[in-house]
Amino acid sequence: MATAKKPVRKKTTAGKNTLRVSLQTGWTYDPAPESKSVARIDKRYELFINGKWEAPLSKKYFDTINPATEEKLSEVAEAGVADVDKAVTAAGQAYEKTWKKMPARERAKYIFRIARMIQEKARELAVIETLDGGKPIRESRDFDVPTAANHFFYYAGWADKLEYAFPNRKTEPLGVAGQIIPWNFPLLMAAWKIAPALATGNTVVLKPAETTPLTALKLAEIIREADLPPGVVNIITGAGATGASLVQHPGVSKIAFTGSTEIGKLIQQSTAGTSKKLTLELGGKAANIIFEDAPLDQAVEGVINGIFFNQGHVCCAGSRLYVQESVAKEVIRKLKDRMASLIVGDPLDKNTDIGAINSRQQLDTIRKYISIGKKEGAEFYESDCRLPGKGFFCKPTLFSQVAQSSRIAQEEIFGPVLAILTFRTDDEVIEKANNTPYGLSAGVWTDKGSKIFNMTKRIRAGVIWANTFNKFDPSSPFGGFKESGYGREGGLHGLLPYVKLIS
Amino acid sequence: MPLRKEIQYLPDFRLSPRIDQVGVEERAARFTKRSIKNESKKDGLRLVLNMIDLTTLEGKDTEGKVRQLCYKARHPHDALPGLPAVAAVCVYPSMVKTAKKALEGSGIKVASVATAFPSGQAPRDIKLRDTRYAVANGADEVDMVISRGKFHEGEYNFVFDEIAAIKEACGQARLKVILETGELGTYDKIRRASDIAMYAGADFIKTSTGKIQPAATLPVTLVMLEAIRDFYNKTGKMTGMKPAGGISKSKLALHYLVMVKEVLGDDWLTNEWFRFGASSLANDVLMQLVKMETGQYQAGNYFSAD
Repeated sequence: MATAKKPVRKKTTAGKNTLRVSLQTGWTYDPAPESKSVARIDKRYELFINGKWEAPLSKKYFDTINPATEEKLSEVAEAGVADVDKAVTAAGQAYEKTWKKMPARERAKYIFRIARMIQEKARELAVIETLDGGKPIRESRDFDVPTAANHFFYYAGWADKLEYAFPNRKTEPLGVAGQIIPWNFPLLMAAWKIAPALATGNTVVLKPAETTPLTALKLAEIIREADLPPGVVNIITGAGATGASLVQHPGVSKIAFTGSTEIGKLIQQSTAGTSKKLTLELGGKAANIIFEDAPLDQAVEGVINGIFFNQGHVCCAGSRLYVQESVAKEVIRKLKDRMASLIVGDPLDKNTDIGAINSRQQLDTIRKYISIGKKEGAEFYESDCRLPGKGFFCKPTLFSQVAQSSRIAQEEIFGPVLAILTFRTDDEVIEKANNTPYGLSAGVWTDKGSKIFNMTKRIRAGVIWANTFNKFDPSSPFGGFKESGYGREGGLHGLLPYVKLIS
Repeated sequence: MPLRKEIQYLPDFRLSPRIDQVGVEERAARFTKRSIKNESKKDGLRLVLNMIDLTTLEGKDTEGKVRQLCYKARHPHDALPGLPAVAAVCVYPSMVKTAKKALEGSGIKVASVATAFPSGQAPRDIKLRDTRYAVANGADEVDMVISRGKFHEGEYNFVFDEIAAIKEACGQARLKVILETGELGTYDKIRRASDIAMYAGADFIKTSTGKIQPAATLPVTLVMLEAIRDFYNKTGKMTGMKPAGGISKSKLALHYLVMVKEVLGDDWLTNEWFRFGASSLANDVLMQLVKMETGQYQAGNYFSAD
């Protein structure tokens, strides 16, 4: 008779009472890479202007690479001032000639069509998002792409119902919307920007980030296939200079920007004194607050997702953890145990939890803050995982014993680095949570309903999650307080930045 | 009842950690996203087979039926040589002697349910006699049920003392404590019952009798694994886990292994500390293993029913 192979039990060296969770020993998971074959990436991309692919007048191109391998994926056109002008002019003509006059229900049909086509091409979009940006395929497949499609569906529904969104008011579109989006959620941010603009009758010139242009260009292909009238959506690639020309262009009536607070301030300066309407969705340093009565294991899971989701490249990431002192030790131990089961590596592997940092520049920034944290004397801990030899990777990191005055507790790191602070009373944590120039999001973990309402009332942040974190829905508005920006995206509120209310 | 030496003081079980339903269900679903392929699938399936408590708990059980089940336990599928045996055969106390004899020399354990299984609605002395009878007949393991009625009444001391008394009656036999999670109603109560069972001396905590729906689920098991982890962190004592009922497919069983590995670590990934209470799971695992060997799925009739 066959007998069971007696499993070898290795004795732990760290002493009793220490769990040994490791994904590198014992029964391990074989690689499970998603196939790249569905992703069609051209060698070169031109600018998408007036429904056509146009070579840049600037004659310049730049490379976009896979941050997980540092290999070149494609080269894309760099739009110069003349190219931006061409795109804005095309958008202006499309606005006047077709889009403005089109019955709202017809506009809705186009937006619905885009949503359905995103769903049809979901797999390809997810793979390209992961290749170009470094995020794990599990996230691009289960979060980015479906949420982007949902956003188009949601705003398609609003297009012919604006009179219900703003009762007793007439609405008018603004004209050409210039939209600049970041590299952390490339396709999703494009959806957040384009969907409400089209639903309200505006035309669009969108500039994706220079490190992650590919899914926006794929979206341009979809828009072309969807037979949207030429010029209604124009997608131009380039870096900061391209964005600046778009912001300064007199033909643009509205600027929507998502990105850093630093650039947001420059944009605000540059649009001051013009009639351009502006919305900014900028940085954050969210407080995630765990009270002693919280369901701790679920809170820990929420903290993990709050800071390590998308490598921490999330403006609303829960990067400051406030733990009530009576449970601080237990929470930190649980966080470390949980970190042991995070798989860092090939973003295309279906088992990867944390992928590649988006760019070398960002990796340098994160490393800079890690060394600042060490110098500031905070207790440093990083998970015990192996990193791939090539590409830009960073181990999930946490700092405990952090002071409110530490730079790692005050400044946005935009990486997988958590700063842990402790508190004693409700008033103290509210004061500390609000003691930041930012105010984008926050999280509250407690079993007590009344405490949740007390917190949400007194914390100055645009979004506050209770007993969960990083939950998004197209029907729910998102946006900041203070230096995290102004204006709301999503929901009924997300229509307002794109309309004039008359009478 | 004197406390075990690892435990310095008893917690107030009314203050057992609270569980957020949405959060725990999301976390449990996350384990199902792990993709288990190739060699790790093969190794995982062999591990699953080796962790099964092959079970028959029917009013119509006979010695003949139990002997057949024991043969299956030793020879799951001789057409595929080199397979591990299952961990144990689980029967009623009246069948322990038969099972013990049929499994002699195999290393496969005999587990007996006891304590007026499945309802547990009997006086304590009867439960103790039930337990002693099973152990005297050779049971290596005893699967007891807690008094859910008393638990719902808030009589935690009663539930605690009963488990401790049964543990004492078990002697050398390992005690699995069935919480019957499907009757407890909330994750909070499942967590509280897990804590009571472990502090009272459980060697294993087990979800279900298999007679009540819902039986084992991933989130219920996760709540219990986290209780085991917290108990280990406090006392240094390992406790085993046995989800039972409702796990009949290999893929789901692999999700359970992933969960054990990522919550408790490799130390728990043996049949000494983790079991599946299941009867139909074995054949699905065998079918998958044969498929991996030959490249083809075989019809169910190629695998023995008992």
